[in-house]
Amino acid sequence: MNILADLFLTFAKIGSFTFGGGYAMIALIEDACVEKKKWITHDDMMNVAVIAESTPGPIAINCATFVGYRQGGFMGAVAATIGMVLPSFLIIFAVSQFLDHFLEIGWIHSAFMGIKLAVGILILDAGLTMLKKMKKKPFRIAIVIASLAAMMIINVFALHISTITLMVTAAFVSLAAFAAGRGGEAG
Amino acid sequence: MIYLELLWGFLKVGFFAFGGAYGAIPLIRDVILSYGWLSDDELTYMIAVSESTPGPIMVNLATYVGSSKAGLSGALLATLAVVLPSFFIILLVMAVLKNAVKNKYVQAVLQGLKPCMIGIVLATGIYMILHNCAADAAPDLKNIAVTAVLFLLFYGSRFALKKKISPILLIVISAAVGIIVF
Repeated sequence: MNILADLFLTFAKIGSFTFGGGYAMIALIEDACVEKKKWITHDDMMNVAVIAESTPGPIAINCATFVGYRQGGFMGAVAATIGMVLPSFLIIFAVSQFLDHFLEIGWIHSAFMGIKLAVGILILDAGLTMLKKMKKKPFRIAIVIASLAAMMIINVFALHISTITLMVTAAFVSLAAFAAGRGGEAG
Repeated sequence: MIYLELLWGFLKVGFFAFGGAYGAIPLIRDVILSYGWLSDDELTYMIAVSESTPGPIMVNLATYVGSSKAGLSGALLATLAVVLPSFFIILLVMAVLKNAVKNKYVQAVLQGLKPCMIGIVLATGIYMILHNCAADAAPDLKNIAVTAVLFLLFYGSRFALKKKISPILLIVISAAVGIIVF
């Protein structure tokens, strides 16, 4: 099979069957690209995971672009990335056509009122999981606490301060601490 | 201009979305609510729908917002915008800046960004739960009771069964509880 078509179909399959996004996908991508297709090695895969963590954007997209580029250059990256995105694009586009009407149905509205409460718990739990994985160093803990406090204040008082401002500030503080020679502590 | 807003808004999301799916939710909330694209409730419903359908949550939210604000072309534009930054950054890292990720200054920036994301995600979760339980400063007893039950199920199952309830299962349970209670 043409490598571009193969990349597209492989990632379209992964994109169709992974729920919840993020880390759940890494296992599937590893299975398809390392075990079955042998496009990349296990070491490459570990490498992608590190790069994906250090770059913005959905981890699944990062992985698709990486593997696609490795196998088929720029066009390979395009084919794999489109393959990854297309299934969920089609599904969500279909959902968007009828969700509003759907929500007018009484019992579905009730269901979503329950679901709303679960989403808060899921987000809190995601934060706790990230916290558990973080190496506990005083500098990092201080940034977690400071940004948590700042974000709570922004939410409660509906301040017009973007989360991007918070992130850029944290990045600068960390960089300044590193440059000031406390890199050992910051790192 | 809705198209320009969608493009700019979701480029920002794509460029600053560190920390995977849930790490990006506070940022997406920030962008979507500040443009007034969705109400807080609509956004929360869509997070649940995105969690329950395949594909990256960020991409799903971009497609939905684009579609509901400007049809198919809006959906295409928003989805493209959220994907492009990570697409080009990965290409850049692979083709040109092979050691960028190991660079000590890049690492120093990431040491600040990651804990900051964690703080933001924690605050967003806590705020959403508090807001549900006491909107407009008046305690909502039904919501408090349902939240408590979901909490007990979610964390109780980890101790009792040594198994995590998956996010999708929690959403299904909360939907069933919602139908009974509300």
